[in-house]
Amino acid sequence: MGMGMKFRLYRYDPESGEPPFMQDVELDIDPAGKMLLDALIAIKAQDETLALRRSCREGVCGSDAVNVNGRNRLACITPLGELKEPVEVRPLPGLPVIRDLVVDMEPFFRQYRSIKPWLVNDDPEPEVERLQSPEQRARLDGLYECILCACCTTACPSFWWNPETFVGPAGLLQAYRFIADSRDEAISARLDHLEDPYRLYRCRGILNCVDACPKGLNPAEAIGRIRTQLVKRRV
Amino acid sequence: MKTRRFDALIIGGGGAGLRAALQLARSDHTVAVVSKVFPTRSHTVSAQGGITAALANVDDDRWEWHMYDTVKGGDWLGDQDAIEFMCREAASAVYELEHMGLPFSRLDNGRIYQRPFGGQSKNFGGEQATRTCAAADRTGHALLHTLYQQNIKHRTQFFDEYFALDLVRDAEGYCLGVTATSIETGEPLLIEARATLLATGGAGRVFGNSSNAMINTGDGLGMVLRAGLPLQDMEFWQFHPTGIAGVGCLITEGARGEGGYLLNRHGERFMQRYAPHAQDLAGRDVVARAIAIEIAEGRGCGAQGDHVELKLDHLGEAAIAQKLPGIRELSIRFAGVDPAHAPIPVAPTAHYMMGGIPTNLHGQVVAPARFGPEEPVPGLYAVGECACVSVHGANRLGGNSLLDLVVFGRAAGRHMLEYLRDNPYPRPLPDDAAAAGLARLARWDRKGSERVAAITADLRRLMQKHCGVFRTDGVLREGLAELDALEARLAQAGLQDTSRVFNTARIEALELENLVAVARATLVSARARTESRGAHAREDFPQRDDANWLRHTLYVREGDQLDTKPVRLKPLTVESIKPKERVY
Repeated sequence: MGMGMKFRLYRYDPESGEPPFMQDVELDIDPAGKMLLDALIAIKAQDETLALRRSCREGVCGSDAVNVNGRNRLACITPLGELKEPVEVRPLPGLPVIRDLVVDMEPFFRQYRSIKPWLVNDDPEPEVERLQSPEQRARLDGLYECILCACCTTACPSFWWNPETFVGPAGLLQAYRFIADSRDEAISARLDHLEDPYRLYRCRGILNCVDACPKGLNPAEAIGRIRTQLVKRRV
Repeated sequence: MKTRRFDALIIGGGGAGLRAALQLARSDHTVAVVSKVFPTRSHTVSAQGGITAALANVDDDRWEWHMYDTVKGGDWLGDQDAIEFMCREAASAVYELEHMGLPFSRLDNGRIYQRPFGGQSKNFGGEQATRTCAAADRTGHALLHTLYQQNIKHRTQFFDEYFALDLVRDAEGYCLGVTATSIETGEPLLIEARATLLATGGAGRVFGNSSNAMINTGDGLGMVLRAGLPLQDMEFWQFHPTGIAGVGCLITEGARGEGGYLLNRHGERFMQRYAPHAQDLAGRDVVARAIAIEIAEGRGCGAQGDHVELKLDHLGEAAIAQKLPGIRELSIRFAGVDPAHAPIPVAPTAHYMMGGIPTNLHGQVVAPARFGPEEPVPGLYAVGECACVSVHGANRLGGNSLLDLVVFGRAAGRHMLEYLRDNPYPRPLPDDAAAAGLARLARWDRKGSERVAAITADLRRLMQKHCGVFRTDGVLREGLAELDALEARLAQAGLQDTSRVFNTARIEALELENLVAVARATLVSARARTESRGAHAREDFPQRDDANWLRHTLYVREGDQLDTKPVRLKPLTVESIKPKERVY
């Protein structure tokens, strides 16, 4: 033995009538080469009442975002060995908790949908692909890779206070993904739709989003570029 | 019981389901997608290397060459009409994705980037082709998000985090929808539809070492088996050569397409011995067996000698950063190795199910009719990894999976529109429409002595041990005996947690039932096929046997019955590609 790792898990069962509480759990696990998700699954194998989401277990599907020792991360790519004990695992902040580590993502997805996240191009379709130079395509790097895990948006105090009206960093990153696409023809409509004291300008440059993104993306920079475009078109 | 009614219903929110849903959403019909996860969490998101289509953006190319490679790659078990259809439709299906906004990587002339992939040749078995269209090494992610975005645009109705329980059929065999349960509330729901499409993906989680997402539990396959319908070619499972050793996460074949190669403990490029011509880009089954042999014969790397190495550093850091950023990230995270500086430890990992629900090339599920050949099951469709159309035959080529999803997703969507036109009115539901689905839920309200997590772990060990890269009758028979014991335990299993809200323990129990059904289909089919073909390697029957086995297996659950049907060797318009020895 001696491999015991200490965890503090946020537990909430809406059917119990009890308020949420922090549960101390000790797990016999060798952290070498393992991720936090491995530990959560091992804990669930002992106590199947623990609720969490997971799918790809390799950091590309965005299911298992949780708050770990105060930071939003994907459990499946968070190495156990680098975590300070007791490892405190909570649901993502700023969204209603359904149960344990599972939050209601709808406010997040509603903002994603609000930016009309699809390519707009009403020209007749060519028989082959639309051309795009490698340089034009490179402008989408750092934008299209978003996995909609909500680590960034739920780390943003502006989103906590204005979830109905502020698009949030993930939504704005995706808005810029289409603004930056040489094939998209709705740039001015997209900018009109964002030029609003809340939708875009609630971003106060706190930069939690940059720190939180598990894919190393930079929503703050994308937001900055949207602002620049708005300023440019005013002059 | 709560009931909803749509014209068309799609089960599964991955690439196949979303492509079909889009076809229907653009029409004036109502369409709903039921997905047990938010759609962009589906396993399509993990596809890395690309989607194959003979666009000829880099080099001369023709869809006929792609067709030849696919027939040969599948060791002549693929149906040549379906393969011709897929390869003919490939270019338009890819252009269409580009028009939808998929951020493909680009060539200097602005056209879609293409890379070499395994098993792809020019001129019917000649030089390596460059045919696989890519968005860096995140093609599946880009494809899935693009299709999801288009479905939002066209207002597809989504039932996210609903788990489908069973098909609803009437006495004449028409499929009338499904029973499902909301994961969030635990409530059952009956969804009626005149046409239902299963796009539930693979079941790779039946193996201990797997590249698959944890959600790949064969839910559509279980539904079909419980409905008394057959599964086809379930003995054919692809073991991808390059999973990260000990973890299973995938390193794309594109890594070898871009110039990476495999080494054993002596630093030897051993694929030169197994496939002198194609070497590291031989068919996946060929490369996976080669690695398994290297390891078994003591030429594996590492302290345990349990893996080989994939060398990429000679490509240079810039090329790796540009073309293979995703696998670099995976390798650093899961193997602690930056491929720009050191080789990645890799070993075969269960990756793809070539078999599945038998369909025709419109995606209609087909089953043997009482007299004579098979017939479509009215109102029921299947597409993608859960289906067996069969384009992949005995071994799928890399880059053909994403293609399968969009080509047959589109074809099924088109055919469903015709079917809806020809069948304008819903048929009456039988009185007991929801009984089977509700019984599945009720069964897990019971406590029991055995635990779901333990049985699942044992099932995955069993399949890894008894149905891996190499098989024999004895090992398979032992596997079936162990499976009997495991099923007896499953009957005694219960849940500690019988709550309603977001009870994922209940979902995992329902998934285990599906996995067990898939395991049985696999073991029975693998025992029956007394030959080696593609990914099915029988040590006791090492040769391909075209005289007896140019046939698909059909497994039916009742009494573990196994039937066969001939491979369709006749394409739609071109000449048949005659079986010959498969060498790379």
